[in-house]
Amino acid sequence: MELLSGADMLVRSLQNENVKYVYGYPGGAVLHIYDALFRQDKIKHILVRHEQAATHMADAYARASGIPGVVLVTSGPGATNAVTGIATAFMDSIPMVAICGQVAHNMIGEDAFQETDMMGVSRPVVKHNMSIKHPSEIPMAVKKAFYLATTGRPGPVVIDVPKDMTTPTDKFKYEYPAEIRIRSYNPPSRGHSGQIKKAVELMLMASRPIILVGGGVIGGQASAELTQLAQKLNFPVTTTLMGLGGYPATDQQCLGMPGMHGSYEANMALHHSDLILNIGARFDDRVTNATEKFCPTAQIIHVDIDASSISKTIAADIPIVGPAMLVLKDMLTLLAKYKQQPNTQMLTTWWQQINQWRNRHGGRYEVSGGSAIKPQQVIETLYEVTRGEAYICSDVGQHQMFAAQYYKFDKPNRWINSGGLGTMGFGFPAAMGVKLNFPDAEVVCVTGEGSFQMNLQELSTCSQFDLPVKIVNLNNQSLGMVRQWQDMNYESRHSQSYMQSLPDFVKLVEAYGHVAIKVERMEDMKPAMEAALAMHDRLVFLDIYVDPKEHVYPMLVPKASMRDMWLSKTEKV
Amino acid sequence: MMRHIIAVLMENESGALSRVVGLFSQRNFNIETLNVAPTEDPTLSRLTVTTIGSDQVIEQITKQLNKLIEVVKLVDLTEGDHITRELMLVKIKAMGQRREEVKRLVDIFRGQIIDLTNRTYTVQMVGDQQKLDAFIEIVGEAYVMEVVRSGVCGIARSDKTLSI
Ligand SMILES: Cc1ncc(C[n+]2csc(CCOP(=O)(O)OP(=O)(O)O)c2C)c(N)n1
Ligand SMILES: [Mg+2]
Repeated sequence: MELLSGADMLVRSLQNENVKYVYGYPGGAVLHIYDALFRQDKIKHILVRHEQAATHMADAYARASGIPGVVLVTSGPGATNAVTGIATAFMDSIPMVAICGQVAHNMIGEDAFQETDMMGVSRPVVKHNMSIKHPSEIPMAVKKAFYLATTGRPGPVVIDVPKDMTTPTDKFKYEYPAEIRIRSYNPPSRGHSGQIKKAVELMLMASRPIILVGGGVIGGQASAELTQLAQKLNFPVTTTLMGLGGYPATDQQCLGMPGMHGSYEANMALHHSDLILNIGARFDDRVTNATEKFCPTAQIIHVDIDASSISKTIAADIPIVGPAMLVLKDMLTLLAKYKQQPNTQMLTTWWQQINQWRNRHGGRYEVSGGSAIKPQQVIETLYEVTRGEAYICSDVGQHQMFAAQYYKFDKPNRWINSGGLGTMGFGFPAAMGVKLNFPDAEVVCVTGEGSFQMNLQELSTCSQFDLPVKIVNLNNQSLGMVRQWQDMNYESRHSQSYMQSLPDFVKLVEAYGHVAIKVERMEDMKPAMEAALAMHDRLVFLDIYVDPKEHVYPMLVPKASMRDMWLSKTEKV
Repeated sequence: MMRHIIAVLMENESGALSRVVGLFSQRNFNIETLNVAPTEDPTLSRLTVTTIGSDQVIEQITKQLNKLIEVVKLVDLTEGDHITRELMLVKIKAMGQRREEVKRLVDIFRGQIIDLTNRTYTVQMVGDQQKLDAFIEIVGEAYVMEVVRSGVCGIARSDKTLSI
């Protein structure tokens, strides 16, 4: 058997996991590992300009592909800089393996230079973390990290590696474990057949059903099965912010997104439903509004791979713990066996009602006319010129909601956004992570001038690694989402929500060697977008000035039910 | 709101305990008592936690505990017949006439005097929480100098076991 140092073992283990890219930033505690990386050529290291960006790149790769990305950072500030990105992945159940350097084990606890208790700091925002106690543990730790990150409810796993675990002269036998079993960890493999039967019977009896699709359908690669089930039953479907693309948005049965900025029809249909079939959504507070007023007439079937997501905020009538894809397959098999059909007459009435709601609002917004640009128009144009095929990596704010509302995702894994944590600064590095791994795909970052400035240093990384992403900056010269809340709840006292002293984005982007176009008039917008997309091998930044006063609607009325919404600045239902 | 006693078997690894304790504070669950020690199988430790919460909260607590990678198995002892015990060591002022009186109380409560000076008794007592509370009360706050309690240990009645 081969003898390898801990550093070489770590790199070899990653090779054995077929890792192609590692996103990271060097420093004292990981220098042995960086040397091991230097001495091989199977894994390419992507040097970011801030560790947070490394985590978002890795995270977005996983969102687009289902395969975990790998992050490598040094101890102390390197590790703490990565925490936001680890937490972002955790909140959205995204697999990730983050390797963090640590001071030598005999110095732990002595406030050594660049020592941070990363086990303690990361504990609440990881699926699991582990600290290496002996170099020979490294192969198994890596195996375990990948296994934990990707099975059950996925999530980030941190490996804390004290520097002396990677000393080049301390060599040990290397063998990558073929298999792993953890006696205390047994993720559910199938839903309970009795529960699934009960659920199907309830579905066949329902007169006002609705299917609620969450991120679990995307992560669980179950959108084909979900689509089949929904179409077989002719049930309306609503996809959460994390579930966008889980069911084709352009299909007649799709009502759009539910919740705070959900569509009128999705929220109304949920509120009046008699059955909610929830697949992989966790009844987040941004969806439910006041839980005690949530969907008073609905019975709830809740399918989730994580038992603790069920009956956490909303009690389920039929809980089903299991992977979405297999549960849906079991449902389809059962349905095929049953002679009974869904209640078509009741469903027809239900659809009539839903279509009335659809016509009531239908995603309308006021067009200013003239040259002024509405943010919604930018997204609609983007949808048009990319034919709905692009990977859209969003930042956080109004622009994110507009993108979610107006870009119609027909496929899963194309909508990449920080839903649970709402991390400004996510979008740009996320787009980089997707572009790196899918170089032939159109990858667009939709951002705002606030969010973009949280990770704009990565323009430099894009030059170094040739990442020609397209950036659509909905420049409303303000922290628009904050401003909207201040308009609605604080009598328009815009405390700190105006972005003063904005840079000249065109000059800034050009300084990094990229292309930038400033757009101020409606008639220039589409041509500029087309020109940007035509420059396949260049990063192009579109600085699009949009109406700073625009609000996102519909918007749920705080502490109320799902049918209580603002539909425009003046219209409340 | 009910008091629950949850017994947890977990890997005897560094960090496992902090995950359990961290979970309770992160998720705003309450801990009344907590104790932990390795079992006869040195790879496992057993932890007993008493907590108060609505059925919904207790359900979340058990689900969240189960989700921790190092938790092997757990049981809510309060769901069935069970026995609980707690160990208490208490140092009591015992001078003059009080000396006999305290000794008598210790006997009634089936405690043991395990250390003494001419001014104090140190008493060891085992029982359920109520019994220990009652002893403290009857001795009187003025005489109790120091109390150490182990927190509740629990086990199911009958042949049911929590093991792997
Ligand atoms: C890191 C971080 N800090 C603060 C917030 C709170 N926040 C949510 S949206 C928003 C404004 C975003 O501004 P911008 O990126 O310009 O987008 P806009 O809403 O204007 O479209 C802020 C400050 C956040 N989500 N993330
Ligand atoms: Mg803005």
